[in-house]
Amino acid sequence: MLNYKHSVTLDVTRCKGCTNCIKRCPTEAIRVRNGHAVITEERCIDCGECIRLCPYQAKKARYDSFEAFSDYKYKIALPAPALYGQFADLDSVDSILDALLRCGFDAVYEVSKAAELVTEHTRRYIKRKGLPKPLISSACPAIVRLIALRFPSLVDNLLPLMPPIELAARNARAEAMERNPELSDDDICVLFISPCPAKISYIKNPVGVQKSAVNGGLAINDIYFKLRSEMKNLKDPKLISETGIIGLNWAGSGGEATSLLSDKYLAADGIENCIKVLDEVENGTMHELEFVELNACIGGCVGGTLNVENPFVAKARLRSLRKYLPVSQNTIPDSEALGEDVFYDVDIEENPAAALSSDRFEAITKMREIEEIYQGLPHLDCGSCGAPSCHALAEDIVRGEASIDNCIIRLRERAEK
Amino acid sequence: MAGEINFHFDIDGGNFTSAGEASVRIKKLLRDMGFPPDVIRRVSVAMYEGEINMVIHANGGSADVNVSPDKIEIILADSGPGIKNIELAMQEGYSTAPDNIRSLGFGAGMGLPNMKRYTDEMRIESEVGRGTTIYMTVNV
Repeated sequence: MLNYKHSVTLDVTRCKGCTNCIKRCPTEAIRVRNGHAVITEERCIDCGECIRLCPYQAKKARYDSFEAFSDYKYKIALPAPALYGQFADLDSVDSILDALLRCGFDAVYEVSKAAELVTEHTRRYIKRKGLPKPLISSACPAIVRLIALRFPSLVDNLLPLMPPIELAARNARAEAMERNPELSDDDICVLFISPCPAKISYIKNPVGVQKSAVNGGLAINDIYFKLRSEMKNLKDPKLISETGIIGLNWAGSGGEATSLLSDKYLAADGIENCIKVLDEVENGTMHELEFVELNACIGGCVGGTLNVENPFVAKARLRSLRKYLPVSQNTIPDSEALGEDVFYDVDIEENPAAALSSDRFEAITKMREIEEIYQGLPHLDCGSCGAPSCHALAEDIVRGEASIDNCIIRLRERAEK
Repeated sequence: MAGEINFHFDIDGGNFTSAGEASVRIKKLLRDMGFPPDVIRRVSVAMYEGEINMVIHANGGSADVNVSPDKIEIILADSGPGIKNIELAMQEGYSTAPDNIRSLGFGAGMGLPNMKRYTDEMRIESEVGRGTTIYMTVNV
């Protein structure tokens, strides 16, 4: 996990050291130290929850700029389906795609197109015998990292297929080289137009693949105004879109699961809700389900923190956009076998960042210390010490990262004596 | 003793929403102590089934978990109605859960069999009218 390049980051000058983010971080990755938040890199899953919560906009997502890739001969835009929900009064998504070309891209490959292919692959894969039940979607990288960190026993339940962003990038490169034989792979730059920091972080630190075929991630809200002004000048957009209802539906929670032609599915969104579902899957109470779709953001990808529009408005717009679309524009004949090239090329490994020690005897001994310290704490979980809960403070003390004096309640009691 | 730790949980009776809390809690603690994922899963399934049983049949009870590097012992104790016929209760699909519980999706008669399946040792002590204690061990 070293050299992990996070998208979620902190602007220390804006941080007031309040406790909003520490208490809601799903992996307890944040502490307040010396008056400002500190993110533990090994534990951060780039879900973006703290960006949403911070009242002072001190949490930010790092993303790339289009200009940084100007040296490449051929630039391909990979718009996330969530992008389509950001604009009012659209008849089709073609104007967005054409505007991307006018912004300087040489080609566009819709992630929603690849999503329809992933749907096809999943329908086929799910029929295999002996698979762990339920399968869990691997499209949301924040969820995949959450599972690796907090639910390691469910790593094998993850759908081992490449997520749409990756398949899109690989197909886009192949397509570009076919159309332009003079291009080599190094001439091509693939840029994802991202709704969230988790996917930007995925590009730099992919899960399931050795190296991502995506070069960089732009933020929807960064490119939005430029796109909108290009769209205003467009009279007759080129017909570029190759996506149906299924591809568009991937933008919202439930879109992936409902496309699988099985009613034995569950779709949950919002990281807290996803954690509750994963706890139940781990308890073995959901084996009657075939598929579990989890999205870290409320509403699904339209709820990502790099969007412009409210997720519910975006969903409503997508609904009217898909009105005249076919169900899917990308199908694979049943006779075609499931190619190995759509599977993960590396296994997803559990992330042991939470373990107190690699030696179990020592870890248990440390846990005894933690429990002893915890018994002496006020159990208010107020967060004033800078840790999200009294138990987390006890853990920090034993890890040597905090002291009992960080507890303001106990300090005051001692002062009063 | 160093290298050993005990956790105690009170299981609240008649509360389905909080049933499973001890199992979630112990999962986090075992993860922090670096136990392998399959061990954590087996303990959490066994604990969860036990918790649900105590909520359904015994108006709650307690769970004690003794953790050492090579094994995890779980002791679930309640002062409920007791089990009349343990052999029958251990059969898959046998359940004495009332209809209102079954309508919630519980009472499939898999609780005790699952606890046995997911643990390495399981022993039930029960006296009708006095209560039930279940001892389970998961070897690491």
